[in-house]
Amino acid sequence: MEHTLTIQHRDDDASRIGMWLFIFTELFLFAGLFLVFAVYRVKYYEGFHLAAKELNVTVGTINSIILLLSGMTMGIAYLAIQKAKNKLTLAMLGITILLGIIFLVNKYFEWSVKFEHGLYPGSPELISLSKGDVMFFGLYFFMTGLHALHLIAGLILIVIVFGAVIRGRVHSTKYALLENCSLYWHLVDLVWLFLFPLFYLIN
Amino acid sequence: MSQTSVSYLEYQGKYKGILGWILSTDHKRIGLLYLYTIVSFFLVGATLGLLMKLELIAPGRTIMDAQTYNAFFTLHGITMIFLVVIPGIPAIFGNFFLPIMIGAKDVSFPRLNLLSWWLYVIGAAIAISSQFLGSGPPDTGWTFYAPYSLRVPTNVLSAVLGAFVLGFSSILTGINFITTMHRMKAPGMKWMKMPLFPWSLYATGWIQILATPIIGITLLMIVAERLFKIGFFDPSLGGDPLLYQHLFWIYSHPAVYIMILPAMGVISEIIPTFARKTIFGYSAIVISSFGIAFIGYFVWGHHMFAAGMSARSLWFFSLLTFIVAIPSAIKVFNWVATLYKGSINVQTPLYWALSFIFVFLIGGLSGLFLGSLAVDVHLTDTAFVVGHFHFIVFGGMGYAFMAAIHYWFPKIYGRMYDKSWANTGWLIFFMGFLALYFTMFYLGMKGQPRRTYDYFEEYHSGNIISSLGAIVMLFGLAIIIINLVRSARHGEKAPADPWGGKTLEWTIPSPPPIENFEEIPEITHDPYDYK
Repeated sequence: MEHTLTIQHRDDDASRIGMWLFIFTELFLFAGLFLVFAVYRVKYYEGFHLAAKELNVTVGTINSIILLLSGMTMGIAYLAIQKAKNKLTLAMLGITILLGIIFLVNKYFEWSVKFEHGLYPGSPELISLSKGDVMFFGLYFFMTGLHALHLIAGLILIVIVFGAVIRGRVHSTKYALLENCSLYWHLVDLVWLFLFPLFYLIN
Repeated sequence: MSQTSVSYLEYQGKYKGILGWILSTDHKRIGLLYLYTIVSFFLVGATLGLLMKLELIAPGRTIMDAQTYNAFFTLHGITMIFLVVIPGIPAIFGNFFLPIMIGAKDVSFPRLNLLSWWLYVIGAAIAISSQFLGSGPPDTGWTFYAPYSLRVPTNVLSAVLGAFVLGFSSILTGINFITTMHRMKAPGMKWMKMPLFPWSLYATGWIQILATPIIGITLLMIVAERLFKIGFFDPSLGGDPLLYQHLFWIYSHPAVYIMILPAMGVISEIIPTFARKTIFGYSAIVISSFGIAFIGYFVWGHHMFAAGMSARSLWFFSLLTFIVAIPSAIKVFNWVATLYKGSINVQTPLYWALSFIFVFLIGGLSGLFLGSLAVDVHLTDTAFVVGHFHFIVFGGMGYAFMAAIHYWFPKIYGRMYDKSWANTGWLIFFMGFLALYFTMFYLGMKGQPRRTYDYFEEYHSGNIISSLGAIVMLFGLAIIIINLVRSARHGEKAPADPWGGKTLEWTIPSPPPIENFEEIPEITHDPYDYK
């Protein structure tokens, strides 16, 4: 039954509220993990300290800068669409997608180095190390992995918005979809900004 | 007849037949989709429950072995908690009546609403598949306690994944309802003029949004641990099983308020209608809902009194547990005070509402026994806990569900059920319920452990009473269901307002037209405006 046909109803504020509520949910999803991180950080502070030195701070820093830049381009896209500058919007969305992909590629190489060294959950090398190491790398893969999944979801969303801008479904007076997409992208940014110091910098 | 005044049951849209239902974005049809799926799962869970009670009718092996019993109480728990009680009232009656009661044509996101139902079905299918796939049905209990749930070869994985998807469905429903109440209240309906059932859904929505992700991530950690051997909760890898219990209950205690708050909302609708009197202490009921929702976040530790916690945490959680009982008690006082000097119209929904207050009171007070540290050491993991739990959850949400279906049935189907059969069903059900669960308090105090298929001879007589109670209760349930199913087709035509209710759903025809209101109403008076 096509009920929506009879109710032609558009409410941008509602989409905005809905997105914020969804972001609250996402924050609590990660909050659960940060709680677990805090508990084990206290329990195995020595192991975490040593294990954190195994991570490559340079790659982590580059990735943080990439994500921050992508947050900026996303923000510019949001401002551009409101001023009806569709070309600039598309360009900025394109750069955001590109930066997201570069982040994932870096992540891929970072992970594969860890795999080469046998530092992955369930590997015999890792289990032979201290329990702090096991827990650190377990959390590292789980949390950055979940973050990467969110990033991929965000990328898919941006691609959808990109298409919508081309087809004129998102424009200067109707941009709630782009706004929500950018909110989500900033969430992905924000989570990384907590993951980065926790895993790479505190040692 | 114009297109807009056609009833939602008869409306023909783009899709015909069954597709017109499972692809419908109409909140009323989605409500009924939930009704049929949830009731089906309830019958599955109830059958498992009955089989368990039959096993317990005599000591030793009666009809099943220990492993089957373990699988049965696990599936009974998963079905009843995740598939029936948590979505129950919000997904069925919230979907159907929330938009109507606030004077809206639908929820804010109708398509998201349909997606929630599909996610519910998919999650349920994954959870149920755990029974047939892999290496045998899970036997962990619905709590999936680590490290057992990490090591046992049975098919824990799909049960956990199913629960995760169901959580997603619940979150989306919560987001939808909260947004709807912020954006779509009819003109003139200020927050404090909103009926109490929507208010209860509002408080529930916040718990769904802020607590469900915690169980989501916890279940994902179980999945990761089983698949990739990450040692979050496995002591041999440095993990802490107690941390699992903390995370699990950080969600699952607020979840009992997801179950009970909408139930309280239903009762707050029914009592004024049948007392023909304005609700006593409207704002106290609203505020107490938020009191429950808020304090409910900080009491999870009382599930772990015997699991090992510092003395200070024990003290803290015990105190908060006593405090969280206060807002519930405020509501009970309000309901009773509403009845006082009302001109009471005794009908089936009121029977259910009054028996709700009765069993809820017993359930709540028995909770205080478990909340006191010294008593809990004696009672933990006994049948007393099972009795308390079923009084408060089945007696709470279940009775309110029955009250709601008997209250809104004429509105949903446009037909009236046979009242005398409905009352008979209620009486038999109520008697069976008391025999079934009240004896559990006694058995638990005598020391009968829960979750075992066998027991010592000294508990035999109590168990006979309890098991017979289960049979009586299901007999009552059969009468209720047959009566309702028959009446949905053959009952007398119901008027728009069979009970003399004052909230908006009674101002529109039964069954409601496809767009609910010809014209969006202006709200000028309070929701329970009895003169």
